[in-house]
Amino acid sequence: MSNTAEALHHDDGSAVKEIWKVTLILSVLTIIELILGFWMMGVNDSGVRLAIKGSIVILMIAKAFYIVGYFMHLKHELKNLIMTIVVPLALFIWFITAFLYEGNSYKNLRNRYDPYKKAQTEIKVHKSEEVKEIKASGE
Amino acid sequence: MSTITATAAPTKLWGGGKSPFNVEYGKLMMWYFLMSDAFTFGAFLISYGTIRFSSNGWPNPNEVFKSFPFAPEGVHAPLVFVSIMTFILIISSVTMVLAVHAGKQMDKNAVVRNLILTIIGGIAFLSCQAWEWNHLHSEGAWWGANPFLNADGTQSSTNFTNYFFTITGFHGFHVFSGVVINIIMLIMTLLDKFEKRGHYLMIEKAGLYWHFVDLVWVFVFTCFYLI
Repeated sequence: MSNTAEALHHDDGSAVKEIWKVTLILSVLTIIELILGFWMMGVNDSGVRLAIKGSIVILMIAKAFYIVGYFMHLKHELKNLIMTIVVPLALFIWFITAFLYEGNSYKNLRNRYDPYKKAQTEIKVHKSEEVKEIKASGE
Repeated sequence: MSTITATAAPTKLWGGGKSPFNVEYGKLMMWYFLMSDAFTFGAFLISYGTIRFSSNGWPNPNEVFKSFPFAPEGVHAPLVFVSIMTFILIISSVTMVLAVHAGKQMDKNAVVRNLILTIIGGIAFLSCQAWEWNHLHSEGAWWGANPFLNADGTQSSTNFTNYFFTITGFHGFHVFSGVVINIIMLIMTLLDKFEKRGHYLMIEKAGLYWHFVDLVWVFVFTCFYLI
């Protein structure tokens, strides 16, 4: 009896059809992500790269929505249940924004006030073999 | 009966005498567990993001994850192996939904069939991950050791490998637990435990966990391999 709400939304055939539809959507979204990933390999412009990365993140969130909504069936649960799960997850908006801002700010402050560290991170190393040699001679 | 519930449900959900969430206790608790687990993974990934944002350079994932099993040494196949892993996990998630669906129909044979497929998918994913870890380790990458250079050719710190092995390891541990849970579900189904209970709600809870593992991989895959 506890599944009356689900039973109302689903008869047998449409439920299976929905599973395959969501499978197809997830596959297509993944393929688009991969195409964007391959495309990004040849792009050097940082603005375009950022735009591609943003699109990949949006596609990632879309995939998460389909997995949680349809595979985990949350979309067909009662609104009370949806809210008790989704509302706490809204903390992630602050969580991500604050911490990425913090990381970026730390980088800028260190580059500004610690020129030695900044110079260290700008030394080019050409091969991984050379790194080992530098490490070996340094120790 | 069902029409009465449908019309009365929206207005009297908090009136007492019934579950306002309309799910079984165990399933609700599984949801809350998964929510807490989402915050654990979120903390890991956000920590990774913070460190990456605070670094002047970072290795290019397409240079690091470019190998493929049985391919000749030096082959350049970025993203190929990890996309196979991604599809394995998506497909195993689909077979899990089909198992849950079969459980609702009380179709024992279909539950068994789809659970076996899900377990095979999980083991295949773990095998791929084991190969990848082994390969990276043979290249000199491990916790505290990073043989890769930053994308701009400067010396990289060990942050990259530390985060990679910690987060994919934590996810792999979840996949492993999921496979164990699914094997237990399979044994219980074969022993007719759920037939005797009259419902397959246990499969639904195992299914929720398994989809969560797939969900986390969507984020890990994007954060480490794509971006």
